[in-house]
Amino acid sequence: MLTKRIIPCLDIQNGRTVKGTNFLNLRDAGDPVELGARYALEGADELVFLDITATNEKRKTLSELARRIAHHINIPFTVGGGISSIQDVQVLLENGADKISINTAAFKNPSLIAGLAREFGSQCIVLGIDAKKAANGKYYVYLNGGRMATETICLDWAKKGVDLGAGEILLTSMDQDGTKKGFALELTSMLAQGLPVPVIASGGGGTREHFAEVFQEGFADAALAASIFHFREIPIPDLKQFLKGLGIGIRI
Amino acid sequence: MKLVIIKYNAGNIQSVLFALERIGMEGMVTDDPFLIQSADKVIFPGVGEASSAMNYLRDRKLDQLIRELKQPVLGICLGLQLMCKYSEENKTECLGIFDTEVKKFNVKSGLKVPQIGWNKVEDTSEPLFKGIFEEPYCYFVHSYYAELCAETAAVTEYGVRFSSALGKNNFYGVQFHPEKSAAAGEHILKNFIQL
Repeated sequence: MLTKRIIPCLDIQNGRTVKGTNFLNLRDAGDPVELGARYALEGADELVFLDITATNEKRKTLSELARRIAHHINIPFTVGGGISSIQDVQVLLENGADKISINTAAFKNPSLIAGLAREFGSQCIVLGIDAKKAANGKYYVYLNGGRMATETICLDWAKKGVDLGAGEILLTSMDQDGTKKGFALELTSMLAQGLPVPVIASGGGGTREHFAEVFQEGFADAALAASIFHFREIPIPDLKQFLKGLGIGIRI
Repeated sequence: MKLVIIKYNAGNIQSVLFALERIGMEGMVTDDPFLIQSADKVIFPGVGEASSAMNYLRDRKLDQLIRELKQPVLGICLGLQLMCKYSEENKTECLGIFDTEVKKFNVKSGLKVPQIGWNKVEDTSEPLFKGIFEEPYCYFVHSYYAELCAETAAVTEYGVRFSSALGKNNFYGVQFHPEKSAAAGEHILKNFIQL
């Protein structure tokens, strides 16, 4: 049986891991490669590194970081943050990244997804979507790290992204992110059941039970979290034993 | 030991090199026929599309060369698939080392394709899985699979039971990525190196 994946996410700023709540208030959480290596040893199934640095130096530092990670870590990893061209992706894959994640650039230029899928294959294209529930009960896509609203319905954009060649969806609920009140189950299940590709649920995981819920009720293929792992609130081995004990397919 | 990784237009070679480094081995990436023939071990990696990969190999006459290798050869992912007879992916005639065919996962059955993630590797046989007592979980990323056959060396289930490893004489293949499969993957790579 294909197992459900537990994915620690490392937000990177100027080469350091940082963590905030609701996309704000950043705190330092250590060296990303050291942290990533620790997670791999503890049983993380995959890692995601998102660079939130907003400088011109970024592209070079990101590829150097990818190389260091690939060198030291024996599980797959995704790199994202400001990727907007085939060349950006080429460099990251050449430096050992397994997958790349694109978000705002793909929304503004959907043909980027098709171009990347053609060049590198769908299996390495993760489409990141930040979504927020509106007063009308519908979920809308947000851009630029959640700062810019759009009028596009989340599921519509996800379907289009998959048709264009995205091989996986990294779905972040902005309502839940940083709250530790649980993943967005309704939103996650809508995408996980409505799309032919894996969905990684992100935002809100605060307890072991939240992870069980997002797999059993949200039908997520993978669950991603950051601070609860960085600050050792939930050790990965405990989390995985707990989920396995509930009969969820988990790699121990 | 001379360890060669066949260079062709398929990605992920860097990851294989790094994984070898982590177990204390240095690999050389080349498409030079002499270097490949004179190596002690050959790794045939790959992420990509079958027909363009086969065309690339045929253009450089690497197809015949790979078939005739006598030293241990390990195909990884697309490498394993290209070592089979035929792939449904763009109706490609492959190397024909393993007596089996490569099919696409049935999307209609509700499966998510590609299969991405960690799946159990069962019914394992030596030498690749020597010393691995429990059925290991390994990391897979693929839309096509090799059917079961007499040369199946491990089985994995994803909607269908398929060959997650194959073995015949000096030829071996794994559908998963040992270079990304944590401790289990490192063990399998070491077993190959020690053949």
